[in-house]
Amino acid sequence: MAQTGGAPAGDLTTEILQALSQKDPINSTDAFPQIPFESIKAALDRLASRSMVTYEQIEREEAFLEPEAEIIVSHGSHEARVFDAVHKALEGLSIQDLEKEIGDKTVTKLGQGKAFKEKWIKKDGAKLVALVDSINDVTREQLKTIKETKTHDAKIIADLRKRKLLKLQKVISFTVHKGDKFALEMIKEETDLTAEMLASGAWKDATFKPYNFKALGADQHAGALHPLNKVRSEFRQIFFEMGFTEMPTNQFVESGFWNFDTLFVPQQHPARDLQDTFYVSDPPKAGRPTAAGPDDKANYEEYFENVKQVHQDGKYDSIGYRYPWAEDESLRLVLRTHTTSVSAAMLHKLAQHKDENGRVPPARYFSIDRVFRNETVDATHLCEFHQVEGVIADYGLTLGGLMEFMDMFFGAMGVTDLRYKPAYNPYTEPSMEIFSHHKGLNKLIEIGNSGIFRPEMLEAMGLPRDLRVFGFGLSLERPTMIKYGISNIRELLGHQVDLSFVQKNPAVRFDK
Amino acid sequence: MPTINVDKYRLFEELGEQFTEESFQQLCFDFGIELDKDTENDPSRPKDQRPELAIEIPANRYDMLCFEGIAMHLNIFRGKEGTPNWRLADIPEDKLQTLTITKETEQVRPYAAGAILRNIKFTQDSYDSFISLQDKLHQNLARQRTLVAIGTHDLDTIQGPFTYEALPPKDINFVPLNQTKKISGEELMSFYETDRHLGRYLHILRDKPVYPVILDANREICSLPPVINSERSKITLETKNVFIDMTATDQTKLDVVCNIMVAMFSKYCAEPFVIEPVKVVSEHNGATRITPSLATRTMDVEVDYLNQVTGLNESPESICKLLSKMAYKAEPSTDPKFVKVTVPPTRADVLHPCDVMEDVAIAYGFNSLPRSSPNRSVTIGKPLMINKLSDIVRTECAMAGWVEVMPLILCSHEENFEWLNRKDDGTTAVKLANPRTVEYQVARTSLLPGLLKTLSENKAMKLPLQIIESADVVFKDDSVERKARNERRWAAAHYGKTSGFEIVHGLLDRVMTMLKVAFVTHEEGLEGKSIDYTVKENPSKADGYFIQEIDEPTFFKGRAAAIYVRLGGELKRIGELGVLHPTVLEKFDLRYPVSTLEINLEVFL
Repeated sequence: MAQTGGAPAGDLTTEILQALSQKDPINSTDAFPQIPFESIKAALDRLASRSMVTYEQIEREEAFLEPEAEIIVSHGSHEARVFDAVHKALEGLSIQDLEKEIGDKTVTKLGQGKAFKEKWIKKDGAKLVALVDSINDVTREQLKTIKETKTHDAKIIADLRKRKLLKLQKVISFTVHKGDKFALEMIKEETDLTAEMLASGAWKDATFKPYNFKALGADQHAGALHPLNKVRSEFRQIFFEMGFTEMPTNQFVESGFWNFDTLFVPQQHPARDLQDTFYVSDPPKAGRPTAAGPDDKANYEEYFENVKQVHQDGKYDSIGYRYPWAEDESLRLVLRTHTTSVSAAMLHKLAQHKDENGRVPPARYFSIDRVFRNETVDATHLCEFHQVEGVIADYGLTLGGLMEFMDMFFGAMGVTDLRYKPAYNPYTEPSMEIFSHHKGLNKLIEIGNSGIFRPEMLEAMGLPRDLRVFGFGLSLERPTMIKYGISNIRELLGHQVDLSFVQKNPAVRFDK
Repeated sequence: MPTINVDKYRLFEELGEQFTEESFQQLCFDFGIELDKDTENDPSRPKDQRPELAIEIPANRYDMLCFEGIAMHLNIFRGKEGTPNWRLADIPEDKLQTLTITKETEQVRPYAAGAILRNIKFTQDSYDSFISLQDKLHQNLARQRTLVAIGTHDLDTIQGPFTYEALPPKDINFVPLNQTKKISGEELMSFYETDRHLGRYLHILRDKPVYPVILDANREICSLPPVINSERSKITLETKNVFIDMTATDQTKLDVVCNIMVAMFSKYCAEPFVIEPVKVVSEHNGATRITPSLATRTMDVEVDYLNQVTGLNESPESICKLLSKMAYKAEPSTDPKFVKVTVPPTRADVLHPCDVMEDVAIAYGFNSLPRSSPNRSVTIGKPLMINKLSDIVRTECAMAGWVEVMPLILCSHEENFEWLNRKDDGTTAVKLANPRTVEYQVARTSLLPGLLKTLSENKAMKLPLQIIESADVVFKDDSVERKARNERRWAAAHYGKTSGFEIVHGLLDRVMTMLKVAFVTHEEGLEGKSIDYTVKENPSKADGYFIQEIDEPTFFKGRAAAIYVRLGGELKRIGELGVLHPTVLEKFDLRYPVSTLEINLEVFL
């Protein structure tokens, strides 16, 4: 393969080198008038990249003959042809005879006028006769010169262009000089190192064509994970590092009981409005809370009753909401509006793991999963999004500990300088909104919610009084949108997402 | 969260301090309300309009739904004033105005309360605020007047004693507020049907045999709750004595509304914070009482509890001082372990000592609380197995060059069924009762609609497109408490100029290999082992998977197969793969052939 050559471009480079060895510099148009400009340029570039030649590009305008001018060059100008015909006929010529002689009415007509003007011929009665013996056909001479040299005096060129005998064209040519590494032969270059070269050892003597390091590599047709799921992975990693167990959130349909009532959200709370929550029409109604399997020994009847009482009449030192709590409302099916419904179920399960002293083991739970809100869809709201949720159940927890934890959690994402604002949430007290100073916007933005679950919720489950439970949550989409500068949530979640966005999105590294 | 607009200069005057935007924002932040907007420098504010602040109030702070409440609580918080001592005017019981409730009201709106603000002096600002508070209470606590409705009257235009009755619509006749002509109860529905403001409350009474009315001694109608008051008794800037009627379906919220209305506006009475009560006579249910109650509640709260959760170490005295900033009256109890906390009648949000504990923390300042370690016990992290399995499949697909997508769970009924040439037999899909658009009618039972919609949105991309999703679908399931269950699926779709069946099939083979499931040939003559796959030749017993041709309308005839898996000897159909039927492509507006596969991943757990 190294020996195969003979491509046209290869020939041209050799020819250029040959020409240069005889004359330095050469003009490319002079030396290779038939070769198109592009081929010359390609050959020169190849030589120049090896420093075998240097070249400058020259642009100039050249004059080219129009078809009429070509006729003048071969037959003479109109006036000269008229003169010749008249001069040849010793007796003079009638106009009709002149036309016959020349065989072209236009030439005859234009030539007559000019010949009269030049005083070469005159009218003698009905005949035309010559006034001089010989003439100088200036136009023909000028055009001949132009045909050879492609140029002439500017005034003459301008005059001939006016007579529509010439056109001008931009012509690029090259002045080529010998370069530092000038040689008569260009060494054949290999484009790639091949297995054959390795086998034959040809790589030792081969010269390799330089790479264009400014070009991109080949498209990888790469597979890709979705950016949101990449952010999810990073969050999961943080949770695992901090000892959290993932909750079984693969349950989108919930009863009002688990989604609201267990969380001490009163039945008239606005969150339970049709405008906010998706209710399920089919299946029509949930069953009362029951054990999911034979291993589940919890007393669900008692729990159901506790929840009812704490809402309706108050219990566990709470005066309750004091409204008639309705079982029907509790058994309405909804698409969960938060994963906290699962946290509630998990904490209720935890309450079943009491030791002989009535103590349950400390626990940490998390989930990252889909939740549903009956929102009007816009750039920042979709009916579905992902909630990141964490729960820490332990003894002796304090509010300062919650803030300390949130500092650590968000710190792992590279979000620092958090501020905590008092807020209201039906199932946590105290409730703290978490704010962070956003450098780009130069203001505090809310990045999450947190709090300590209310005793009304925990004690109804049978959890010990001194067990305190932190809960915190944020959406997966919001930090992702902030991180990647996405302003429309529909560009991130749902079927309208651009696949090239998925493919090109960089790996997620919170710590970077 | 409700947003309250207040006059900025008036509020700052009331607070006795000219705040900068930043310092006011900080005050709001510390107290737990949110400055949403300040129109001072808003170029769109008309020149003749005074700058306003839009302040967001926590949804349970009904005592801050008006200018007066916000100003009062911020002043108490800043130690500028104490909590008012609201009290009932000292009037002998037989001299009280009475509101007598009849038994008939039980059919429609059983509870009522009344209160009188004597010798009140309204300004335009306080009058507007008075009207606005009613509106905010109606919208929030009263759930669009379903739970409580408030009517306010110029007491000097009507004559007590009052009655609260429920009358057949035909017996009702009065000139409603801002009207000139009398309407009858029978006309009420049609009269207000198209009224943008009042029309939305009609449903509360519609089809009721009787409508509730407040009547004065001359049996003139004062109001027809929860829709409209009478024109005759309407209050004006000149009104001196205000009679407030409140009717309800919820006793607790009625009391809250009653207390808040009078607590906020009794400050404008000649004798501030003194309210003239009304005797509510309700003999049919033994609920005769004096309203408003203005009841305070006293709690003994453990000092240790307050200190432990907040991480503080404050003395009872200092805790009491902190609580006074949050409008409580608190004093050390005779038992040093407790503080005696009196909750004012306005603080309906305080249900439990934990609410008091939060207020200690707010008064101290959340961001000043001592920090402590949250890591008291060691716990071990653990992933959910189905998610781990799902992640393995997703990652393997991405490594094989497929692109992961995340469409929505909700879709239209058509997309989930008709467009896939599938029939809804009513046993599979969970349907929604109140979607805003057809896009959210059902929870998907297949991942295909989302994948096909994603392809349709990305037709301009360079072909072929290869996409996957591993996520949940939802099925009705009568055997469980929630009557529905999720199922983890994995699906793939190939979109290109050729059908790509073998490519999708190859992806299935690849993932099965990664899940250590062998390919079982089903045909005679196919033998041996390929490098990648273990091929077992006796399909009748061996564990593994195989595919078998099916004829289902979702797919092109002869180009579809069911995917079977035998695990632990048990054979299961877990999904299908195939070239989609051209009519399916047409529905999803796809111009090139598509091959898909979709399986249930849960069998591999």
